[in-house]
Amino acid sequence: MAEPLLRLEGVTRRFGATLALDGLSLDVMPGEFLALLGGSGSGKSTLLRIVAGFEPADAGRVLLQGRDITGLPPHARPVSLVFQSYALFPHLSVFDNVAYGLRREGVARGEIARRVAEALALVGLTGLERRRPAQLSGGQRQRVALVRSLVKRPPLLLLDEPLAALDAGLRERTGLELRALQRATGAGFVMVTHDQGEALALADRVAVMEGGRLAQLGSPQALYERPATRHVATFLGAANILEGRLEADGAVTCASGCRLRPAPPALAILGPPGAAAAFALRPERIRLLAGAPPAENGIAARVKDLAYRGDGWMLVVALPGGGEWRVALPAGASPPAPGATVSLAWAAESLVPLAA
Amino acid sequence: MMRRALLLLPPLLWLLLLVAAPVAILAGIALSESAAGVPPFRPPFTFDAGWQGTLEPLRSLVADQYYLDAFLRSLLVAFATAACCLALAYPMALGIAASPARWQMPLASLVLLPFWTGFLPRLGAWIGLLRDGGWVNRLLQAAGLTSGPLPLLYTEGAMLLGMVHAYLPFAVLPLAATLLRRDRTVEEAAADLGARPWRVFCTVTLPLSLPGALAAFLLVFIPAAGEFVIPELLGPPEAMLVGRALWVEFFQNRDWPLAAALALALLALLVLPISLFQRLSGRRAP
Amino acid sequence: MRWFPGGMGSRIGLVLGLGFLWLPILLLVGYAFSADRIPFQWGGLSLRWFRALAANDRMLEAAWLSLRIAAGAATLAVLLGGLTGWALARFGRFRGRALFGLLAGAPLVLPEVVTGLSLLLLFVVLQGAAEAAFGWAPGRGAGTVLLAHATLGLAYVAVVVQARLAGLDPALEEAAADLGAGPFAVFRTVTLPLIAPALAAGWLLAFTLSLDDVVVASFVSGPAGTTLPMLVFSQLRMGLTPEINALAAMVLGLAALLAGAAALILGRNGRVGDSAG
Repeated sequence: MAEPLLRLEGVTRRFGATLALDGLSLDVMPGEFLALLGGSGSGKSTLLRIVAGFEPADAGRVLLQGRDITGLPPHARPVSLVFQSYALFPHLSVFDNVAYGLRREGVARGEIARRVAEALALVGLTGLERRRPAQLSGGQRQRVALVRSLVKRPPLLLLDEPLAALDAGLRERTGLELRALQRATGAGFVMVTHDQGEALALADRVAVMEGGRLAQLGSPQALYERPATRHVATFLGAANILEGRLEADGAVTCASGCRLRPAPPALAILGPPGAAAAFALRPERIRLLAGAPPAENGIAARVKDLAYRGDGWMLVVALPGGGEWRVALPAGASPPAPGATVSLAWAAESLVPLAA
Repeated sequence: MMRRALLLLPPLLWLLLLVAAPVAILAGIALSESAAGVPPFRPPFTFDAGWQGTLEPLRSLVADQYYLDAFLRSLLVAFATAACCLALAYPMALGIAASPARWQMPLASLVLLPFWTGFLPRLGAWIGLLRDGGWVNRLLQAAGLTSGPLPLLYTEGAMLLGMVHAYLPFAVLPLAATLLRRDRTVEEAAADLGARPWRVFCTVTLPLSLPGALAAFLLVFIPAAGEFVIPELLGPPEAMLVGRALWVEFFQNRDWPLAAALALALLALLVLPISLFQRLSGRRAP
Repeated sequence: MRWFPGGMGSRIGLVLGLGFLWLPILLLVGYAFSADRIPFQWGGLSLRWFRALAANDRMLEAAWLSLRIAAGAATLAVLLGGLTGWALARFGRFRGRALFGLLAGAPLVLPEVVTGLSLLLLFVVLQGAAEAAFGWAPGRGAGTVLLAHATLGLAYVAVVVQARLAGLDPALEEAAADLGAGPFAVFRTVTLPLIAPALAAGWLLAFTLSLDDVVVASFVSGPAGTTLPMLVFSQLRMGLTPEINALAAMVLGLAALLAGAAALILGRNGRVGDSAG
C-alpha cells in the first residue's frame, strides 16, 4: 500500500463544552476524491479547517505526505482550500485573483501569465481576465475560486461545500466538471458536503461523520448497500429500519409482526440468541407479490399512500404490528390503490444488520 | 499572538492616557476644594497632607435650585430636539428608501453634506435669518403678518430651531439605513392578507423600524443634552443649560471643582444610563 | 407600490426636509457675494468681503493653524483608529476587549463640554507633574488641541473601520493565508486595500470634526492657540458680520469638495450608512 497523502491521527477539537472532533483518524490516498458527509454540527467543517490550518487541533496529528504539519500556519501548508463563499478578492481582477498564490511563491512574471492563462483555459474562463468578481455569474465565480487554488498545484485540495451556492440545474454539471478536473490534475480532493447525492456521485470514498466521529468510511456502493449504523442507513437514501429479537434458530421476530431470516454472514455480526437486532431494508429491495406473503422475509401490509416519482412509485405501507415502511416500485409496475392490502417479500441478502 | 498584542499597545496606551485618565482626574477634582491659585483647586489627596477632599461641590449641585433647573431644562430641550428631529427625519428616511436605487446614495449624501459644511456657518445663517432686520422678519412684514420686527433671535424657539437643524442629519441616516434594509416581502404579505396601505405602515413598517428610530433618537438626544454652542449663540441669555452652566463655572467663575462636579453629574445622569440602555437594547435587536 | 403608503407623502417630506436643511446654507452662500455691509441684505454683486477676508491677518493665521491641527489630528486618528477598529473587528475575544471597546467608544457619547474639561484637567495635571520633575513644562496650545482632536477622531475612525471589516467576509483573509501569504502580506494585499475607503472616509471625518470644533479646543487650548472656529465663535457672539458670511461660504465650498471626494470613495465601495458613525 502506498503512503497516504493525508493522515489524521486521533485529531480532537473542543469548543467550550462541546467536542467538535473526537479523536478522529483518517487516511486520504494520493489522487483520491474523498467526501466528508455529515449534517451540521457533525464536525466535518472543523476537520477541513484543521487540515487547512485555520483551527488548532487540541490533540492528535495531521501528516501530509508523511510530514507533520500540525503546528504549521496556513500560509506554510501546501494544501489549498476552496471556501464555501469562494472568498474571491473583490478588489482584484480575475487574473490577479488566480495569480495571487503564485505571486506569494515568488514565481516569475512570465511564468505567472502562462500558468494563469492555462488554468483559466482549463475551466473555460479565457477572456474574462480583466473582470472583477462582482461582474461574474455564480458558476464563473466558483470556477475562479477552484483554479485560484489549483494553479498552485497543491497535492491536496480541500473543498468546503463547493456546490452549495449554485442553482440546482448548475450543480450536477459543475459536480461532473469537478470530478473531471480532479482526474486531470491528479490531486487529492477532500470535499465537505451535507448532500448525500453529491457525495455518492462524485467521491471515490465517502466518510460519514456524526458527532465528531467517523460513523463509516467506504466506497459509495459499500455505504449504500451495507450501512453499518442506523444513522448511516437513514442519512444515505431512504431505509426501513427493522427491529426485533434474535432467536435460537437464527431467525428474528420483528416488532412489526414479521419473521426475518437474514443471510448466514449477517448472523456472525449479530449477538447471541435473545439479543436485540436491527436491520436496514432499502425500499427498492422489497417486491410486491401476487399471492400470500412467504412465512419468512415477507409480510402483508395495507397501502396508506403513494407518490409518483417519475422513475417509479413510492408506497407508504402500514404494518399490522404498527409502524410504516416505504416500498419503491419500478415505473412499469401498476400501482395498488390506497387502502388495498399487498403482499411484500425480500431476499435474505437485502437485510443489512446494523450495529446500533 | 505576541505581534498582535504589540499592535494593540499604541491605541490602548493612547486611550488609557487620553480617555480613561481624564475622566478619573475629573472625578478627583470634583472632590476637591476650590482655592485661589494656579490651578485653582486643592488636590483631594497628597502624600504630604493625606486626604483633604470634600463633597462640597457635589452637594451644592443638589442643594442649589439653579443647577437642578439647568439639568431639567437640558433634559427637556434634548428631548424636544430629538422628538422634532425624529418627526422630520422619518418621512425623509422613508422618502430616501422609497426612491430608485441610483438616487439613494446621492440623496443620503445631500442629507449628510450639511454636517460636513460645519456647524458654525449654519448657526451664522440662522443668526442672519432670525435677527430683527433679517429675512424671516422681512418676509413676515411683507406678508402683512406683523407691523414691527418680532424678537425671534435669542429665544427658546431659535435655539430649538438651530438644534434641530444641526442634528437632523444624525437622525435621518440610521433611520434610512434601517428602512433600506427592511424585508419588503413582509409588507407585501400584510397587503396580501388584506391590510390597507396605511395599516401596512402602522402594523408592519413602523414597528419594524423602531430600533432604528430609537438609535436615531439617542444619537440626537445625547449630544443635545450637553450642547453649549447653540444655546449660547441662538438661545436667550437666561436659559441656563448644563453645558452653559459648566462653561460659566469654569471660564467665568473659575470654580474648577464645581465645573468638574457638573460634568460628572452630566455623565452619571444622562450619558451612562442611556449608553447602558443602548447597549442592552442593541444586544437584543442588532 | 400602490399597496404601500407614503410614496407621495414621504417624497414631500423629503423635499421639505432637504429644503429646511439647505435653504439657510444656500442663502448664506448667496449673500456672501453681496456688497452690503449688513449681512443677508442685498447690495449688488461684489467680492468685497472675500477681499476683506484675505486682508484679515488674524483670520488667516487662525485658519492656517486650524488646517495644520486638523491634518495632523486626522492622520494620527487614522493610524490609531485604524488599528483600534481592526483589533475590535478581527482579534476575536482577547482579554480586556470590553474595556478597549468602551474606551474607544467613549468619545462618541461624552458631551463635548465633558470631553473638553476632562482633557484640560489631564493636561493641567501633566503640566504640574512635568514642572515638578523638570522645572519646566510645555504650554497649552496647538499641541494640546491636536492631541484632543486626534482622540475624538480615533473614535470615529475606529467605528468606520470596524463597520467596514464587519461587512467583509473573514474568509477573504483566510483565503490569502491559504494561498501562501504570511500575516504581513495578508494585511498589505487584502486587508489594507479593502479598508482603504474606510480609512480615507475616516480621515476626512476626523479632519472636518477638528475643523468644526469650538468647545473642546476652547478648553484645552492656550493663549497662543486660537483656532479658526474659536475666533469665529467669539465673533458670532456679537452677531453675524459679512466677513464671517464670506468665510462660511468658503468653508462650505471646501467642505463640499471634501464631501464630494468622500462620496466618490465611499460610493465606489460602500453603502448608505457606512459613514453615519
